[in-house]
Amino acid sequence: MTLAKALNVAIIGAGPSGLYAAVELLTCCAHATVDIYDRLPALGGLVRYGVSPDHARRRAVTDVYERRAFATGRYRFCGNVDVGFDITHEQLLQHYHAVIYSSGAAGDRSLDIPGEKLPGSHAATDFVAWYNGHPDHVEDVYNFACERAVVIGNGNVALDAARMLLLGPEQLARTDIADHALRALASSRITEVVMLGRRGPAQAAFTLPELLELEQLPDIDVVVNAPAFLLDDAGLNATQSMRLAVLRRLAQRRLTANKRLELRFLRSPVAIRGAGSVASVITDSTRLVADDAGVRSEVTGEQEDITAGLVIRAIGYRARPLPSLPFDKDGNTIPHHDGRVSDPVTGRSLPAVYVAGWLKRGPRGVIGSNKACSRETVHSLLQDWHAGALVQPHYDPQTLTMQLKKGGARLVDVHGWRRIDLAERQQGAQQGRSRRKLCTREALLAAAGV
Amino acid sequence: MTYVIVGHCINDSACVDVCPVNCIHPRPDETGFATADMLYIDPELCVDCNACTEACPIDAVMSADKLPPELAHYAQVNAEYARRGRR
Repeated sequence: MTLAKALNVAIIGAGPSGLYAAVELLTCCAHATVDIYDRLPALGGLVRYGVSPDHARRRAVTDVYERRAFATGRYRFCGNVDVGFDITHEQLLQHYHAVIYSSGAAGDRSLDIPGEKLPGSHAATDFVAWYNGHPDHVEDVYNFACERAVVIGNGNVALDAARMLLLGPEQLARTDIADHALRALASSRITEVVMLGRRGPAQAAFTLPELLELEQLPDIDVVVNAPAFLLDDAGLNATQSMRLAVLRRLAQRRLTANKRLELRFLRSPVAIRGAGSVASVITDSTRLVADDAGVRSEVTGEQEDITAGLVIRAIGYRARPLPSLPFDKDGNTIPHHDGRVSDPVTGRSLPAVYVAGWLKRGPRGVIGSNKACSRETVHSLLQDWHAGALVQPHYDPQTLTMQLKKGGARLVDVHGWRRIDLAERQQGAQQGRSRRKLCTREALLAAAGV
Repeated sequence: MTYVIVGHCINDSACVDVCPVNCIHPRPDETGFATADMLYIDPELCVDCNACTEACPIDAVMSADKLPPELAHYAQVNAEYARRGRR
């Protein structure tokens, strides 16, 4: 047996795709070491800052995989380090055999309609980050003094936003929602949320569990506003027809509650209006047109104004380009072959650079969809390693983290993260919640002890 | 008795890897996996071994007789998906 060399890998982004990649790599290669970098002091990515507070049971996935990585003794967390700002891609390549980018899709897509940027019109990505206590969104302000809000979009994030607006302080206080969001939502006057979908119920991206949950919302009527023929499930697959069955049941329910969530289909927003801030959303009716690409919507021109003081645009996440890496502007992803980052012009794979998660395949799928995606990337990396395609870096990873610390970086290691986690859980336990999140970067760093 | 996957399933598929009778679907190598809302257990094939419950990283698999009332409907949901898959 030959003396095996270590394989040192940096993973950028400590969300689910990064953690899945770390565990796969550490499990499949006994010589691998992994350093996971995140620009935030906390671990978890969108599992911490995206998953809705009333769905916090899903957050346990971070713990499980992080502990699995930790148990190998070959993993380090390097939190509060912004790759591209605190350190460069080139520096990483001098200290690691390979780098996996798994920093996700943090930006939002735009509607491109007039009034989109009016005060009172927000991207759901920002709203979600705000109520989940993301340090970049602590100071954000929302208008909850109106009675009606409009949520644009027909996916789970749209439903999350609607639930958070309607659940009310008693329900929310039991969750790990950020304190500032709980305070603001406790004095909310919103009693109605209208959710707009350009297409029909069969095309909506809500998942079955999220629809089933609508039947159990306390004191909230759910109104399904769609012509009956659109609720017909002929020709649909099992998942789609099970989703539609829930919507049909909801459509037949009697209305009894004080608050209301209306799912309006075949309505497209064409403008957001208001003097200084949002006052209404102008919508157009649509009809469905089937073509080779699937079912799309076409505006038919019956306009309707919906009065609202708050608009949440939940039409999707979008990745931003990263310094030193190629970017596919059409797909908003990093071009790759089986996870190997590739040059868009020559089509050749770039040495030692890999991509996983939403940055690789776009913002779709659920948390677990990242597992197979990260696995594919890791196996490409290991193939390259075994083929001798990954060159020995000039320095070892410890040199880089020591340099960072010497330069004044307040690096949060795995023990620092454990201290944050414990502090949050202890504070939460005192209030009967799973955790009470520390929301500013300063509070997180103080708890981490750096 | 059978085991039941409930709504906070994240499609991690650790349960699929450990199931001795291949009764959890869609599997990652099946076409429906990429667009699956959650994973489902076929109650007619489940042998009640508990391996899935232990494997699930977020405790989203429960014995049918231990489902809390607010999740009781998931027994039906799992069974319905399995029935449609078998057709």
